[in-house]
Amino acid sequence: MKLVDSLRFRIATLFHRSQMNAELEEELRSHIQHRADDLERSGLPHAEAERRARIEFGGVVRYKEESREAAGGTFLESVFQDLRFALRVLRKSPGFTVVAVLTMAMAIGANAVVFGILNALILHPLNLPDAESLYAIQHGNEASSYQSYPDYLDLRDRNHSFDGLAAFSGAQAGLDTGENASRAWIYEVSGNYFDVLKIHPYLGRVFHGSDEHGANSAPYMVLSYALWHTRFHDDRGVIGRMVQINKHPFTIVGVAPPEFHGTLVFFNPDFFVPIVNQEQVEGENLLDMRGKRWVFMTAGHLKAGVTPTQAVADLNSIGSYLERTYPKDDDQRSFALARPSLYGDYLGRPVRAFMTGLMMLAGLILLAACANLGSLFAARAADRSREVALRLALGANRTRILRQLLTEALLLSLLGGAVGLLGSVALLRDLSAWEPFSRWPIHLGVNPDANVYALALLLALASGFIFGAVPVRQVLHTDPYEIVKSGSLGRVGRRITVRDLLLGAQIAICAVLVTSSMVAVRGLVRSLHSNFGFEPQNVVLVDTDLHMASYTGDQVPEMQRRMIDAVETIPGVTSVGFINAVPLVSGGFNGSLVFADATADLRPSNAAADCFMFSISPEYFHAAGTVLHSGRTITWHDDKDAPPVAVINQKFASKLFGSATNAMGRYFKRRDGTRIQVVGIVEDGKYKSLTEDQQPAMFLPLLQLPSSQTYLAVRSSGDPGQMVAAIRNSLRKLDAGLPLYIEPWNNELDTALFASRMAAMALGTLGMMGAMLSITGIFGMAAHSISKRLKELGIRMALGAQRKEVLKAALGRAVKLLAFGSAAGLLLGILASRVLASIVYQATPRDPLVLAGVVLAMALLGLLATWIPAQRALSIDPAILLREE
Amino acid sequence: MTDQAQLLPGTLDLLILRAVSLGPLHGYGILLRIGQISGNALLIEQGALYPGLFRLVRQGLLKASWGTSENNRRAKFYELTAAGRKRLREETANWNRLVNAIGSALGTQPEEV
Repeated sequence: MKLVDSLRFRIATLFHRSQMNAELEEELRSHIQHRADDLERSGLPHAEAERRARIEFGGVVRYKEESREAAGGTFLESVFQDLRFALRVLRKSPGFTVVAVLTMAMAIGANAVVFGILNALILHPLNLPDAESLYAIQHGNEASSYQSYPDYLDLRDRNHSFDGLAAFSGAQAGLDTGENASRAWIYEVSGNYFDVLKIHPYLGRVFHGSDEHGANSAPYMVLSYALWHTRFHDDRGVIGRMVQINKHPFTIVGVAPPEFHGTLVFFNPDFFVPIVNQEQVEGENLLDMRGKRWVFMTAGHLKAGVTPTQAVADLNSIGSYLERTYPKDDDQRSFALARPSLYGDYLGRPVRAFMTGLMMLAGLILLAACANLGSLFAARAADRSREVALRLALGANRTRILRQLLTEALLLSLLGGAVGLLGSVALLRDLSAWEPFSRWPIHLGVNPDANVYALALLLALASGFIFGAVPVRQVLHTDPYEIVKSGSLGRVGRRITVRDLLLGAQIAICAVLVTSSMVAVRGLVRSLHSNFGFEPQNVVLVDTDLHMASYTGDQVPEMQRRMIDAVETIPGVTSVGFINAVPLVSGGFNGSLVFADATADLRPSNAAADCFMFSISPEYFHAAGTVLHSGRTITWHDDKDAPPVAVINQKFASKLFGSATNAMGRYFKRRDGTRIQVVGIVEDGKYKSLTEDQQPAMFLPLLQLPSSQTYLAVRSSGDPGQMVAAIRNSLRKLDAGLPLYIEPWNNELDTALFASRMAAMALGTLGMMGAMLSITGIFGMAAHSISKRLKELGIRMALGAQRKEVLKAALGRAVKLLAFGSAAGLLLGILASRVLASIVYQATPRDPLVLAGVVLAMALLGLLATWIPAQRALSIDPAILLREE
Repeated sequence: MTDQAQLLPGTLDLLILRAVSLGPLHGYGILLRIGQISGNALLIEQGALYPGLFRLVRQGLLKASWGTSENNRRAKFYELTAAGRKRLREETANWNRLVNAIGSALGTQPEEV
């Protein structure tokens, strides 16, 4: 209560300040006049009486200030005074102000952007009720969360830890609303999905567990708000309407609330359908197959009072039940909990590691900026030592002077923070609106929120205090008499000062950034030129899903043959082949366990390898540019009635058969017991990601492993852009109702390179910032030390010193700092690059090019920063200089 | 001038309260009154009065209002509030106790110990 009162009083006095000032002045004047009246009465002449009265009164200004202070308005008022003074000082040195504000803006902006992303992706990823108790179940031994549907049902019904367990899986389907058919990204979700997540519909209703009555029993869909808005134009009459998904009728029952985008932070589905209708949506029914792990994720809220550890124990006991009951399908079932938003730990772990690393780097940038500004401030304080000494001599107290300096620092940092925040908010907005991959519904919802603003403000204040505090000791130790007497600070410090340490640290930080950005860029370049196991240049990919146009059974291969024939006749096309999932492009691959031919007990733990499985048409290797090392490729004769055959990669050959030569003609087994003969061996490649270790892979004939979801790889000699149009035309002629997605393979690779590109970009930006900060820092120091020692240098030159010696005297310290700082930074950078290795392909700092690059960059930076001061030192004319002083 | 005593810290407030307790006064009047009641024995720089006055107003011990002085000039007059009157009584009692204690301590003769 007291505090509130006093605050109110202070604010009130602040508003009445001008009135109060006027009154105070009038009162003091009245006092002096009364005294003058008395003196005049005692016989003094009028003018003399007034003069005497004023003298007797004492320092009017001082008493006025003390009176104001006594009246309580002083704190805020003196803050305003400080602010006014600071503005005046800053306006007098616009160069310094601009540099300082920009430095601060850059540093705070970088932090705000990085934190904004961190905040959106990791700290507050999902805008769901009670998000903190929401966990996804992933496998205990790997960062993956796929379950089979029967296993999901067991987990759902047998656990005692979750308030309901929901399942969902992403898929693509053709949506026909009566206008034109188009592809849509959807979630297939368990009936209880919305109830488990506590999501209430924006319009209509959501479906529930009670709507499920076996396969294809619930042809209902819930639209996302975004799709309802764009496709259905906010039409409230849409509820109850029938639309076609892959030519199957579904009823729209509701619209999800606008803030609900599913349970993954980067993948926003267009609509939701019950997972029990899988057959209609995906074309196959895996609901009863315990061995098929295809359900993308299962998640739910932990019951109140259940800890994650207890829940894992509970799940693991279900796991061992599953192992006992279904030894053929369920092997080694253990579980862990993870946050669902970034696909459990699969993306979560690297993203967290990278963002934490980035945040630390941004923090280092801010520290560097503070060090920079701190030394600038110290230099200014030294330059202003005369002013400070004069003010001290005139009776100003030291705290007031310090407060004044601090006000200046805070003003600068807040200004810089505001500019930086504006920039970063714009950047974050752009990032949020950005869809990096045209074909995936992927974007980063990283709109800044109050946390970001608060952090920026906090950082600005903290850094203001940090760099404002640097000159404090200097001011506290100012001896007014010495300085006023001796003119300027004649002493040149020989020992290591705080400023030297700050600058050294800053150079080291910069070197860390330069090192890690070079490591990232180099890794990126290397991954662009690495051997993928295919040649994406001049290949156009056509994503087709015949199921979406309701082709089934034998119609599928027949139609695929017709498509190949049609595309082959396009002029310029050299070869055309089908593959069910394109390496480095498609996300979900079929993995398949393979067994040695001698193995009789086909349980998962006996498998010889878990390998990628592709099904291809004969010409695929030719179209993709994959080199066949030995044997033959697939032919059209490898059909259903022919013996099963496979082409395998070298890794597969060496893993199962010891060597490539050994593998030809040999047999291996699949899970279902089929014996497959190896007829050819192709080169190794990258399949899922650029950073993966070499994986075994096998290619089976499309006719023996049919798939309606396939990509047509079309190699041509012509321009890919024109080719896209020609292919679309010729396929439209075959079937106008088939949704197509056509794109050059190279463009599609952007997805695979996205992570390393982002890493290189982010680190490059931060590295540039660090370099700029170092340049200004070294420049400031060198320039300052030269201006301080002009006289000494002049005398040296007059006494016959050589240019080299003068330079050494003037810049020796800056160069030494640069060398030590760079060396320390390089070492740290090498250590830090280990974090990078998980994101950027072959990121290693033990690369002579990187090391040389860093040294060169730092040297260049030093040269740039010291060039102007060096010129200045060399152009000293001792005669002029000595005359002036 | 030289035989005037320096004020002890904190005693100016007490003197102001006392001066004003005899009737509303403006700033210069308070100085004159202090001089009068102390027999001109205290050295007070004139301006030093005002911070003290403002402090007392802020503490609610004095209240101020503008009026016209005997010289027919505008001046701000100060008078005691109820709190001020109470404070004056307490401070006076304190002061007397202090003076008695110090006085008797300083007046003690060696043989009395």
